[in-house]
Amino acid sequence: MSWIRIFSGNTPFGLDHRRDLWKSEYSGSPAPLFLPPGSRTAPVVMNTEPQETSQTSTTISFTINGEKQTVASSPDRPLLEVLREDLGLTGTKYGCGETQCGACSVLLDQRRVFSCRTPVSQADGREIVTIEGLSREDALHPVQQAFLDEDAYQCGYCTPGMILTTVALLAENPRPDDAQIVAALNGNICRCCSYPNILRAVQRAAGGLPKGD
Amino acid sequence: MKAGHANPLFPAGDPTASEFDEELVFDCVPFHFRPSRRGFVRTLGAGLILALPAPAQDRGRRSQRGGGGGAATLAARLHIADDGTITVFTGKVECGQGSRAELTQAAAEELRLSPSQVHLLMADTQSVPDDGGTAGSRSTPSTVPAIRAGCAAARELLVRLAASRWDVDPLQIEVRAGEARQAGEDHRLSYADLVSDADSAAALAQAIPDGPRLTPMDRWEVLGQSVSRPNGAGLVTGSHTYPSDIQRPGMLYGRVLRPPAFGARLVSLDLAAAQAFDGVTAVHDDQFAGLAGPTSASAAAALSALAAAAVWEERGDHTSSDALFEHLREHAEGGIPENPFRAELDGASHTLRQSYHVPYVQHCPMEPRSAVAEWDDGRLTVWTASQMPFRVRGELAQAFRIAEDRVRVIIPDFGGGFGGKHSGECAVEAARLAQAAGKPVSLQWTREEEFTWAQFRPAALIEAEASLDAAGRLTSWHFINVNSGRSAVDTPYRTGKAESAFLGTEAPLRHGSYRALASTANVFARECFMDELAFLAGQDPLEFRLAHLEEGRLRDVLEEAARRFDWASRSQELTPPRGAGIACGTEKGSFVAACAEVVVEASTLRVTHVCQVFECGKVLNPANLRAQVQGSIIMGLGPILSEETRFAGGKILNPAFSSYPVPRFAGLPQLEIHLLDRPDLDSVGGGETPLIAVAPAVANAVFRAAGQRVRKLPVRLEA
Repeated sequence: MSWIRIFSGNTPFGLDHRRDLWKSEYSGSPAPLFLPPGSRTAPVVMNTEPQETSQTSTTISFTINGEKQTVASSPDRPLLEVLREDLGLTGTKYGCGETQCGACSVLLDQRRVFSCRTPVSQADGREIVTIEGLSREDALHPVQQAFLDEDAYQCGYCTPGMILTTVALLAENPRPDDAQIVAALNGNICRCCSYPNILRAVQRAAGGLPKGD
Repeated sequence: MKAGHANPLFPAGDPTASEFDEELVFDCVPFHFRPSRRGFVRTLGAGLILALPAPAQDRGRRSQRGGGGGAATLAARLHIADDGTITVFTGKVECGQGSRAELTQAAAEELRLSPSQVHLLMADTQSVPDDGGTAGSRSTPSTVPAIRAGCAAARELLVRLAASRWDVDPLQIEVRAGEARQAGEDHRLSYADLVSDADSAAALAQAIPDGPRLTPMDRWEVLGQSVSRPNGAGLVTGSHTYPSDIQRPGMLYGRVLRPPAFGARLVSLDLAAAQAFDGVTAVHDDQFAGLAGPTSASAAAALSALAAAAVWEERGDHTSSDALFEHLREHAEGGIPENPFRAELDGASHTLRQSYHVPYVQHCPMEPRSAVAEWDDGRLTVWTASQMPFRVRGELAQAFRIAEDRVRVIIPDFGGGFGGKHSGECAVEAARLAQAAGKPVSLQWTREEEFTWAQFRPAALIEAEASLDAAGRLTSWHFINVNSGRSAVDTPYRTGKAESAFLGTEAPLRHGSYRALASTANVFARECFMDELAFLAGQDPLEFRLAHLEEGRLRDVLEEAARRFDWASRSQELTPPRGAGIACGTEKGSFVAACAEVVVEASTLRVTHVCQVFECGKVLNPANLRAQVQGSIIMGLGPILSEETRFAGGKILNPAFSSYPVPRFAGLPQLEIHLLDRPDLDSVGGGETPLIAVAPAVANAVFRAAGQRVRKLPVRLEA
C-alpha cells in the first residue's frame, strides 16, 4: 500500500485575504461568500422576456485579432453574439448573459470585458482580442502554455475566459501576488472547480513558479 | 395528483432496481408531437417499421446499467487503418471528468502504444458501441476493462500473426512500441500488417474472445501514470468544438417558448407576430412552441412577440421552497414509519432524534444545454451534450416516430455534466425547430432556462433516531430519507439494531441524478448525527466513529485523514471562533474521509482548511484523480455555504448566478488531498464520492466553532 501525497496547501486559499480582496471594489463591507465584486446580493428574478433589440442595422468596424473587420449589425447586439454567429469565433463562450461567470471574456483595447453584455457598437474603432488571437504561428501564448502545463481545466468551457482575464491581469500587473490573482479572476466561474490548478497556471505564467514544480 | 412529478426517479418497490440503476435513472420530458404527414410518407415509403412510443409513464422509469451492450465485435471496439493508425471506439462521453485520458490510457496500455498514438472516438452513435451512460462512476470499473479486453485481443492477433509468419512460438514474441518483435531477430510486424492479412481481418470482425491476456499491473507503463487531457491544446486555444459551437451551413438559432410557471398549459398561440420577423420560422405543436431565426438576437426578439401571443392556463396549487420540507413529509409514501426499536430506546442511557433538511440544488454546468439538429431526407443528426447518447437517440426516435437507425447522435466533449445532462429534451427541441424551419438549428438554453428547466438534485428530508448504552455504544439506529434516494442510506457503523429506508414522496420540482446523488444528503445527515451522538456520549467524534467501525477501508481513510490533519491536537487546541470537524463515508465502492477547519465571525462562516483522504482502489491517473477530488471538495462546499434553489408559485426565484452563488476563487479553503493507492484492489470511479464528506465535516466544525448545530443546508448562522 502506498500513499501518494498529491497536493497539499500551497495555495493562497484559506488566507484571510478578504479585506484586501474586496477593498477596491466592494466599498468595504464584508463580502458575501462566492459573490463576485459588484454583484447584487438581493434575490434577483431575471426578466423572462428577452429584451427588445433594435432591428436597425449599422456598420461597425474594429480590429480583431490583428485584422481589420467590418460588420453590419444592430448596434445593441451583444459583442458575444457577433463574435460567435457573424464571425465564427466560437472560442468565446456564453455562460450566463449577466456578466457573472466570465466565460465570455474578451480583450477590448487590452482590458477584459464581458462580451455578453457589451453592445457591439462599443467595439467600434477599437481593438478586440479573443482566444483565437492569442497564439502566434503555432506557438502558444505563455498564458495558454501555462494552462496546458498545469492541466488548468476539466471540461475547459471556462478556459478561454480564464486565459484572457489572466492576460489582461498580467498586462496591468506582471507580478501579481496571490490575493491579486484571486481578485482578478473572481469574476470567472469554473464549475468543475479547477481553481487550484488555474491559480498555479496564473502563477506559472507570471513567472512565480519554478520550472518543473 | 397535485404536483407535477411523483417519484419519476425511484420506482417504489421495484425489486429489480439496484443501487446503480437508481443512480442512472432519469426523468425524460415527454413530447407529443403530431405525426408529420410528410414524415409518415417518407418513412413508410422507405419500407421501415415505425417505432411505437412506449407508454408515457414508463418512459421516465426505465433504467440502464453503466455497462451498456458494449462492442459486439473487435472491429466495433477498434479500427486499424491501412497505415496502422488506430482508432478506439467508446460510447462514453467526456465532460470534464477525464474519461478521454483514462480510456485512451487503457487502450494504449494493452496495445503497447503511447497515448498520443491512440485516437479515441467517443459517443457518436453511428460509429461507437453502446457502453451505457456515462454515470454512476461506471467508466472506470466497466469501460476501462472492456477497452482493455478489446485492445489486448488486437495485440494478441498481432502476436499470432507474427508467430505464424516467423514460425515461432507466440511466447517468444513481445509487442513493444506497437510492433511485434522476437528476441535476437530484426524482423518486426506492426498493426498495419493485421489489416492486409485475411485471417486477421476476419478475426477483427468476430466477437472479442473471452479472456485475452491483460497486461499485469506490475508491467503497466501507461495506466497508473498521470496523463493529461489528450485534447488540451484545443481547450487553451479555443479551437475545441463544444456542442454549442457547432456551425452548419444555413444554420438558424432557436429559442423555445417556456411556460410562465411549472405545469402551465398552453391553451392558444398565435404565431403571426413572431413569423413577421425577417427569416424567423415559428412552430406550435401540442405543448411545444418555439422558433428559429438567423441570429440569436432576432430569435430573442421574435420570442418576445411569440410570448405576448400565448395564452396559458396555470395551476394554482404550487408549493414553495419555504414549505418544502413540510410538503415532503406530508406526502411521504405510507407516512414516515414509527421507530420499531422501542425497547432499545426505553432502555437507553441516551436517545437522540433529529431532522435534516437538504434543499434542491442545481448542477449549473458552465455550458448550458445545447444541441444542433439537422434533417436530411428523413434522417436526423443531432450534436448535443448528454451523458446518455444512446438514450437520447431513443428519445429522438420516439418523439419523431422514426426508427433509431435514422437518428445519429454525436456528443462532442462538452462543458460539464455532473449527472445533470442525462435526458435529451434540448436535442428534441432543436430537432423539432429544425424540422419546422427546414434548416439546421442551433439551440442553446439560456442560463435562466438551465436553472429552471433542467433537472434538480432532489431535496432531502431525513429523520434520524438512535439510542446509546451506558458505554456509549449504539444500540439502535433508525434513519429515513424522504425524496432523495437510497444510495449510502445504510450506515457503515456497527449498531445493535438498525433500520434505514428511503421513502418516495410528491416531489414539487423535476429532479434527477447529480454527482453522488443521494449519498450527499445521506452522508451529511448521518455524519452530523454521529457527531451529535458522540457529544451525547461524551466522546471525541473520531474515537466515537472508530469505536463503531470494523477494520477496513473506511476506517483506513478515516484514521489517515485524522493523522494528516493532526486531529488529536487541532480538535483540542482550536477554540471559538475556530473549530474542527470530521466526517467519512463510502459510496460506489470508494472511501473518503475529511477534516475541516472553520472560523465563524460575525455570524459569517469561512472554511479555512480541508484535509481529505480518498481511496478508490488502484489509481489509474493520479493527476486526473486529484483534479476530480479537489473539484468535488470545492463543488461540495457550494450546497453547505451558499447554494439553494428557491421557488414559489411554480417559478424559480433565483435562476441566475447573481442570486444562486456557486464557489469561486475567493473564499476557498486551503486544500490538502491525499490519495490512497491500492494496487491490490480493482479500480473504481473517483469523480463522485469525494464530494460527500466535506459538507458534514464543515457542519461539525461549525458546532465546535460557534456552538450551533447545522441541520439544514445551506448554513444559516444565528447572531
